[in-house]
Amino acid sequence: MFHLIDRRLNGKNKSAVNRERFLRRFKGQIKEAVARAVKDRSITDIEKGEKVSIPVKDVNEPTFGHAQGGVSERVYPGNREYLRGDEIDRPDGGGGGGNGGAGNGGDGEDDFAFELSREEFLNFFFDDLELPHLIKTQLQQTVLMKQVRAGYTSDGTPTNIHVVRSLRSALGRRIALSAQPMEALNTLQDQLDELLESRDEHSPEVATLQAEIRHLKARLASIPFLDPFDLKYTNRVRIPMPTTQAVMFCVMDVSGSMDEEKKDIAKRFFILLYLFLTRAYDKIELVFIRHHTQAFEVNEDEFFHARDTGGTVVSSALKLVKQVITERYASSDWNIYVAQASDGDNWDSDSPICRDLLSNELLPLLQYYAYVEITQGDPQNLWYEYETVAAQHKHFAMRRIKEAGSIWPIFRDLFKKERAGA
Amino acid sequence: MKTREKTRKDAAAGAPLRTPLSTGSEWTFDLIQRYYDEIARIAAENGLDTYPNQLEIISAEQMMDAYASVGMPVMYHHWSYGKHFLSTQKNYQRGAMGLAYEIVINSNPCISYLMEENTMTMQALVIAHAAFGHNSFFKGNYLFRSWTEADAIIDYLVFARGYIAECEARYGEERVEELLDSCHALMNYGVDRYKRPQRLSLDKEHARQAEREAYLQSQVNTLWRTIPKLMDEREQLSEAQRFPAEPQENLLYFIEKYAPLLEPWQREVVRIIRKVAQYFYPQRQTQVMNEGWATFWHYTLMNQMYDEGLITDAAVMEFLHSHTNVVAQPGIDSPYYNGINPYALGFAMYRDIQRICTEPTREDEIWFPELVGQDWRKSLDFAMRNFKDESFINQYLSPKLIRDFRFFSILDDDYQSRLKISAIHNDTGYREIRHMLSAQYDLASREPNIQVYDVNTRGDRMLTLRHFQHNRRPLANSVHEVLKHVARLWGFTVKLESVDAGGKTILSYECRLEKRHGQ
Repeated sequence: MFHLIDRRLNGKNKSAVNRERFLRRFKGQIKEAVARAVKDRSITDIEKGEKVSIPVKDVNEPTFGHAQGGVSERVYPGNREYLRGDEIDRPDGGGGGGNGGAGNGGDGEDDFAFELSREEFLNFFFDDLELPHLIKTQLQQTVLMKQVRAGYTSDGTPTNIHVVRSLRSALGRRIALSAQPMEALNTLQDQLDELLESRDEHSPEVATLQAEIRHLKARLASIPFLDPFDLKYTNRVRIPMPTTQAVMFCVMDVSGSMDEEKKDIAKRFFILLYLFLTRAYDKIELVFIRHHTQAFEVNEDEFFHARDTGGTVVSSALKLVKQVITERYASSDWNIYVAQASDGDNWDSDSPICRDLLSNELLPLLQYYAYVEITQGDPQNLWYEYETVAAQHKHFAMRRIKEAGSIWPIFRDLFKKERAGA
Repeated sequence: MKTREKTRKDAAAGAPLRTPLSTGSEWTFDLIQRYYDEIARIAAENGLDTYPNQLEIISAEQMMDAYASVGMPVMYHHWSYGKHFLSTQKNYQRGAMGLAYEIVINSNPCISYLMEENTMTMQALVIAHAAFGHNSFFKGNYLFRSWTEADAIIDYLVFARGYIAECEARYGEERVEELLDSCHALMNYGVDRYKRPQRLSLDKEHARQAEREAYLQSQVNTLWRTIPKLMDEREQLSEAQRFPAEPQENLLYFIEKYAPLLEPWQREVVRIIRKVAQYFYPQRQTQVMNEGWATFWHYTLMNQMYDEGLITDAAVMEFLHSHTNVVAQPGIDSPYYNGINPYALGFAMYRDIQRICTEPTREDEIWFPELVGQDWRKSLDFAMRNFKDESFINQYLSPKLIRDFRFFSILDDDYQSRLKISAIHNDTGYREIRHMLSAQYDLASREPNIQVYDVNTRGDRMLTLRHFQHNRRPLANSVHEVLKHVARLWGFTVKLESVDAGGKTILSYECRLEKRHGQ
């Protein structure tokens, strides 16, 4: 007697809850580990899941146990040369005598390592980040309506008929309406049966009874199976869904002075930004602009992969941004963000133009402007010009990135959640 | 093809006719059914008495899930199972570890998991090992018979999971998690070692729970009543008396019954953990016996199938390959050494009993006169039913096995600078080694002996635990962490005293806890 059950189709994620609880419990440590992991990642696999490890002492569950010391006598297999009474040196660390095994087991003991899925990884990664000042159009934008279910109603369109509910109420009504005549019918039928035993079929009493029975049967038959009164409809109501529209301009300098290393850092910065935006916001448009002496709007793929080079005129890019905004993103409807990465090299005479462009034309349209300068050298004229802009405008932020390792902290710094009331 | 095979076999004098149940490595439901029937028939011929079987086909992911929740199909939620899952998953994906071929649950019907990745031969091996080996052990061994409820465990776990989920909804996941953490820390001290626990039953559990809550609280209240009674002289004298009068070894039970500040639901959760611990207690005491028994029977059953021509040469080679892996015992100097392999030791011991019954040597006649010439099936059955690891080894470990395993013992005394070999596999050493190995499997000597010693019922309500040192072995550092958990459960300061063999307190640990409201 036995049962063979195929359980393969049952849910396989039985441990999901426990896993999630584990992650939640050690959130702090995992976040640190994630930040550490990101530091040395190349652009292409930043989006993959990640193996992270957290100190094992944090995840241990303590129980009472023995420590080394005292007297212990234990039996081991595999004696080769020992005789009774032999003395041997105490192995290091093995203590109670796990001679061979202790060393092996010891290595991995410091960290508890495990894999995070891509989703989880990015969750920890972008935790606590947001686009600053994302409010403007929430108030102005016409809201979208969304349909949600809201129980049942007794009128509606035929497409919304809820069959089960309708039939259930039809059944209830039929039972209610037929109860009384059914009872009467049964009594009459009994009387008739009784009567027929003593009288013959044609006697007048029998005839009246039969007439009454016919009448009742007709009444029962006339109860409709389904009455318009029974119909129930699924109710859907429209509720307003506040939405925000946002567009992010990614502006990258690809001039000759940006060597491969700098471009790599810039790309990493933008990839972070790109991932963050596409994950965190459903409705966000991205505009990619690359420039040397001229600026071009390109698609995502070209932005990250194409190689071209030349001199540097930053204002060309700013002009293009302005142009795109006026053409496509009338500022009352859109939250507009710009992120710019450059090595700070610019034509000397161009930098003041950039400053004026920013201060007078662009910044009034924008929610936030983030400028990162990737260089190990001293700041150049563009940086100084931008500093005067930053002094006047609170929503203009600038940072310097010296090496790949500091991308992440700077990114976090630029997009960290603002404290309430700040 | 088939006929040629037949004639060839016929020609080989007396060789059995080979009509294997299957030839490839693929399994189908139909094949599993046929293998099961054959294995069941052979098992019955060998007198194995089992619970009804339930075989469940699962995928590797599901196996990992099962792993993570200590093998049980139903379990309450806790982060530690998530941790377990993550490490299993990592090891498995890295290829560092194959999954166990089988998990079997001591329940009635007995549930065994077959992984879909297994070949037909492996499925047969698992069926023989789990569905007949372990199953008959669960049904026969005295510890399982008297300490666990195969009929009720799944129901009880359903109740436990529901109850704990309800507590989470009502009192917040965080509070429940804290409580579970603390209980888990004391899980090994939540078992009755000598008293038989009450029978489990889902319905009764529901019915009794409310009643129990009210009653327990009233008991606690009586103990902690602070209104002064009229005390006569005698009572004042008896104030010196300790509570509890006798030291208590079941810490969780003591906490459940007497912790002053626990709310009724918390007591119930403590009780659930206690019951679960109790359920696993026999397994921890019969590792060698249980695995050895299952291994012995898969070996015996599979070999008989081969002898009857039911499995192919290829299949038996595959079977032997994994069987040999299972019962390998690396020596202490091997890099793979990881303690004594319970499969190896158990399997060797049952095989040895079989050998002593059927082909005894002069030595065996002196050491095991009661086995020589007996029916080996009856002797094995007796051994399986009436022992636990400790007593099993003490009774049955033969000189031959000590020689085969080349057992030796090392005396590690921290007063001496060097280790000393105290016994090896020779005439003077056999009994010592047997005795020591047996003691090594005694749970009481593996875990520190810690008991509830005293509660200050009239003053600050401090709980005093006592650690009775054995061979001067000190407590591990984790004691501080565990004491925090005890203090959280008890609600007041907890002290732990280490007492040496002479009854003198040599060390004491303390975890202070100021009384807080709502704690």
